[in-house]
Amino acid sequence: MSQSESLEARVERLELPFNEFGVDPYGISKRHVRQALQMFALLYRYYFRVRCFGIEHIPARGRGMLVGNHSGGVAVDGAMVLTSTMLEMDPPRLAQGMVERFLHNFPVSSLWASRTGQFTGLPEHAKRLLEDDRLLMIFPEGARGTAKLYPQRYSLVDFGTGFIRLALQTRSPIIPFAFLGGGAAIPTVFNARALGKLLGVPYVPITPYLLPLPLPVQLEIHYGEPLVFQGTGDEEDHVIEGYVAKVKARIAGLIERGRAERHDRRSGRRLLP
Amino acid sequence: MRVLIPGIAGGIARKLALRLHEAGHQVAGVDIRPWEEARELGIEVFRGDVRKRAAEDVFRRWRPEAVVHMATVTAFTVPGAERGRINLDGTKAVFDHCAAHGVKHVLFVGRHTFYGAAPDSPLYHSDDEPPRALESIPELADLVAADLYAATALWRLPKVTTAILRLPYTLGQPGTGTLASFLKGRRVPLVLGYDPLFHVLQEEDVVAALMLALQKELRGIFNVAGPPPIPLSVIVRETGRMGVPLPAPVLRMLLGRGGFPKLSVGALDHLRFPIVVDNRRFLEATGFEYQYSVADILRLYRESAPVPRG
Repeated sequence: MSQSESLEARVERLELPFNEFGVDPYGISKRHVRQALQMFALLYRYYFRVRCFGIEHIPARGRGMLVGNHSGGVAVDGAMVLTSTMLEMDPPRLAQGMVERFLHNFPVSSLWASRTGQFTGLPEHAKRLLEDDRLLMIFPEGARGTAKLYPQRYSLVDFGTGFIRLALQTRSPIIPFAFLGGGAAIPTVFNARALGKLLGVPYVPITPYLLPLPLPVQLEIHYGEPLVFQGTGDEEDHVIEGYVAKVKARIAGLIERGRAERHDRRSGRRLLP
Repeated sequence: MRVLIPGIAGGIARKLALRLHEAGHQVAGVDIRPWEEARELGIEVFRGDVRKRAAEDVFRRWRPEAVVHMATVTAFTVPGAERGRINLDGTKAVFDHCAAHGVKHVLFVGRHTFYGAAPDSPLYHSDDEPPRALESIPELADLVAADLYAATALWRLPKVTTAILRLPYTLGQPGTGTLASFLKGRRVPLVLGYDPLFHVLQEEDVVAALMLALQKELRGIFNVAGPPPIPLSVIVRETGRMGVPLPAPVLRMLLGRGGFPKLSVGALDHLRFPIVVDNRRFLEATGFEYQYSVADILRLYRESAPVPRG
């Protein structure tokens, strides 16, 4: 995007059916999206200095599923992917995440998640949003993915399979992406599950400096070419698992390619952790 | 068509009765509440309780072809066990009489709160979903039971074409109903950190939807809704009220005091989580189009129920 275009103008250009109060039928509010974007854009541009590649692979209109790896113990990856589609696409699009259930249990997080279109990861939500030609953001690793420790930051844990059935049922393209750097920004050394249970969350990531506050590490997002699978969504599990393996392999490939490119770019300079 | 409306003295029921009468139907009703002007308007009202013997005589003698069952009440109007008796026993009586006296078509007018408010519910409830979170709002249990009981008519009484309609909150003119009562005061309590979506429908649109359901002889379960839902904070602001966001535990203590409306503790969940319905099945079956936008509805309410002074 041109740096001169205001964030407000970007939000105004969202092709969502806002009513006279600036609210769409899912409760997404222009005001809340604008305010969230103002904060995320600062993080995106100046704190994480995010580099985004392959944004042209995301369809400008129509349904689509951004499917990628979790990177980092808290939702920095989701927030930066959302910011990338708002800042780098023309026209901007709002990526709607399928978030963990606990997020809607808490005050403030429930409100902001709802008003910015980040809904609980239920099949009903995903199906309806795709049928409404929205752009979904899915992390098939789920909470297991954010629980990755620093040494496993570039690995992928098991993927759920529901997203493939949804893609087949709704005939939605899957845009794979790799998110790099989140594991270094929040270098989790331990997941405090007992503390998490006490707080009503799956776990609390513990870093060498205790709190899971992200370090100013440069992040990268690599979008790949869309994958389109043919089928009805009623296929046998082994067929679905085959498709899942293809998506996972594509994301793993994007991670490796991204790491290699970054290495080439920075060889001779300080490497990213 | 001869249409009988149990609960005819209610605001929407009266409007429906008048609209049906204007459309050339014969209309009568049963209610324990009076509607003095009804006879002059050409509508017969039998005073009495739908659960009593006299009500069955109305079915026997008047021989309705269609019945619109609107004789259910909420926790706002009738507290305690009596509410359960009215809602459940009354619904059973209506369906028993319909089966016994050859009624061809029954509309059960239910509520969208059937689905309950919970953090892990789908945002849009489909017509086929079960009720959730009843344990947190026990005041809804009898209405949910009445709704489910009415739905059993779909298989128990195959000769009676039954439609269960789940309607959202009505708002606008004349400013009555559950949500309207909640918004009555100058200050409206909100739960800090939450802002649920609410569906609202103007009374005229409710009547239009019921007319269409009768006309199309609907059978099945249908969510009815008009404009897309909006955040509660917008409703509060646009009706000229002042939202007072308070932490849930504080609000729980203040309900019914200091000018705040009296709400059940369970109803606080509804101030945190939305109850929004998917009305596509109803739209496809009837072609219903709402006439009043959210802005119209909120303006009408603000005019008919101005903010109390001082």
